[in-house]
Amino acid sequence: MGTFTESLSTAAGLIATADAKLASIVGLSLQVSLTAVAFAATIGLPLGAVMAVKRFPGRQAIIVVLNGFMGLPSVVVGLLVYLLLSRAGPLGPYGLLFTPTAMVIAQTMLITPLMAALTRQVIEDAWREYEEQLRSLGATPWRAALTLLWDTRFSLVVAVLAGFGRAAAEVGAVMIVGGNIDGVTRVMTTTIALETSKGDLPLALALGFVLVALILSVNMVAQLIRLWAVRRYG
Amino acid sequence: MDLIRRRLLAALVGLALLASPALAQEKFIVVASTTSTEQSGLFGHILPAFEKATGIKVRVVALGTGQALDTARRGDADVVFVHDKVAEEKFIAEGFGVERKEVMYNDFILVGPKDDPAKVAGGKDITEALKKIEAAKAPFVSRGDKSGTHAAELRLWKEAGIDLDKVKGPWYRDTGSGMGPALNTAASMNAYIIADRGTWLSFKNRANLTVVVEGDTRLFNQYGVILVNPAKHSHVKKDLGQAFIDWVVSADGQKTIAEYRIDGQQLFFPNAKR
Amino acid sequence: MSSVFPLVLEQICFAPSGQPIVDRVCLAIDGRVRTVILGANGAGKSVLMRLMHGLLTPSSGRITWCGREQRPRAQAMVFQRPVMLHTSALRNVAYGLKLAGVPAGERMNRAAVALERVGLAPIAGRSARVLSGGEQQRLALARAWALDPQILFLDEPTASLDPGAAKEVESVIREIVASGCKIVMTTHNLGQAKRLADEIVFLDRGRVVEYTPANVFFRNPRSAEADAFMKGELPWT
Repeated sequence: MGTFTESLSTAAGLIATADAKLASIVGLSLQVSLTAVAFAATIGLPLGAVMAVKRFPGRQAIIVVLNGFMGLPSVVVGLLVYLLLSRAGPLGPYGLLFTPTAMVIAQTMLITPLMAALTRQVIEDAWREYEEQLRSLGATPWRAALTLLWDTRFSLVVAVLAGFGRAAAEVGAVMIVGGNIDGVTRVMTTTIALETSKGDLPLALALGFVLVALILSVNMVAQLIRLWAVRRYG
Repeated sequence: MDLIRRRLLAALVGLALLASPALAQEKFIVVASTTSTEQSGLFGHILPAFEKATGIKVRVVALGTGQALDTARRGDADVVFVHDKVAEEKFIAEGFGVERKEVMYNDFILVGPKDDPAKVAGGKDITEALKKIEAAKAPFVSRGDKSGTHAAELRLWKEAGIDLDKVKGPWYRDTGSGMGPALNTAASMNAYIIADRGTWLSFKNRANLTVVVEGDTRLFNQYGVILVNPAKHSHVKKDLGQAFIDWVVSADGQKTIAEYRIDGQQLFFPNAKR
Repeated sequence: MSSVFPLVLEQICFAPSGQPIVDRVCLAIDGRVRTVILGANGAGKSVLMRLMHGLLTPSSGRITWCGREQRPRAQAMVFQRPVMLHTSALRNVAYGLKLAGVPAGERMNRAAVALERVGLAPIAGRSARVLSGGEQQRLALARAWALDPQILFLDEPTASLDPGAAKEVESVIREIVASGCKIVMTTHNLGQAKRLADEIVFLDRGRVVEYTPANVFFRNPRSAEADAFMKGELPWT
């Protein structure tokens, strides 16, 4: 219990004094995860929407795979991306390994299935209500998918936040493809892992609190935007 | 709706540009080293000096020795900086490294519970201590991760004349982890463990553990630095990498290494040949 | 714009799981009169309407519009429960026009005019989802009417509404007819059928049992099924 309260006050202190090293680590964590969320949403949301409205052979199999990949172990994704980006691998010449870009790639691959699967469910539920009317008005499946993506945007915010949460909280992928290089690819989660392995558990726990506070803040901002938008758009 | 979509797209592109390696303009090398070296804090001390002297930034990827050498074999690093002479010489024999230069040494220590069930405390002979631990079947934690420390531990058991495969039992805990986590495990299990002095000095979660055996020359841990062979991987930054090697064995670099202290204690002893 | 009439159904069957829901229906519908499809629950009225509108594909048989097999764009449908997007009433109407390829500026004008015609101009900016049932149904009619269809399908348009709202919707339907649009409507409200129909298509268990002018049908139904139906139904006036 002593460690717990000690860590809480350490965390508060770190945040209050805006510790420079911590600030840059937090900054990098946000940069990497938010960028990954942006890419994953760009791919995953339309993918999920089209999966919801179009019928095609093999659809059920793809749904099973997509749902399954929601729980992809981050280390596995990290390993796969490592093998892709390593100099010995197919994308080696680009020299992307051990850079923030590699981390963005890995996290994007990690959370795209999650966002696609959640989107598919949201859109599928909406499609049940809207299908006849939209088809009557002459909407093609693609057009309907876009319309529903916009119409269900408030429910989709939750899917996007789920993706952010998963990305910001994972350590397996960014550790392997980033290498936890001090000042270059060290993010919150890898710092916590490092401090834990050094035996400095109070500091690790304090950083853990900071990370949780960070994720909560992002969720809070999203909720405020959502409330404002609901008031504006109905 | 379209206006908002356009704004979102612009924000996305902006974010994407932010994430691209803006650091691509600077001179840097990737050095594959070990977790114990990084966790000792040595790099935090010597790399700023190197950067000041040459303007070259060093990105250290800290892994186990085996993993570090494998990373270099794949061409994902420019220089290796590890402490396992046998593995390093094999690395060069395979053609992946240019030349091995000795840099410094630190030492391993045997750490164990204060109540010392195997009665080894204060001894000066590591092989004797290991024999006693095996005889008493006292809990012993091994890193088991192909690291330099792990390789050293295995060599010492062999020197003690003990065939681990024959005597392994529940007393010998193979954790497959880095030095810090292994120490954590040993602390919570009240077990003996061979650790490098650097990690031990910065390790804050000691619980009941203390140093029981030290000073045996067989516990000395030699570091070597090797440039990854540009003949095997043409993209290796051989000039920048060589600059790092040259500096680390130079009088300047050696002095900087010797100056690194934890709690007033010197951790690494420079021994580069002139 | 060339006429889409007559709408001809040749031996239309719909039997997705073996049992026919619509059974060998043959009809020739022209654009000058108001057609109402009557029948008991489960007779196949809604399915038949969806087949005509093109939302369902018949298991066998042919549907042609003025001799052409191509499904025309100049048609629209209003459902029993209106389905609105989470946006303003005006934008909902504009959405229909957007799908029809109408350019942006013209879209908003035509949408505003459509709302005006059904008496919803005052609530154009309000969120469509918070409107009352009757208002939403009138909005659905506005959305359909704005597309300038030659034929409008209505599937039990007032079944979920209270009498007051139903009356308002009926008056909009009358205006749509007056503007030159043909309607095909299903209902099981006999009073409404009497008010709005010129001709009756009577369905029983998926088959067209009678196809006669309305006044003839109500005075003197030819078939036993129609007779039983009208006796069983309570006449709403």
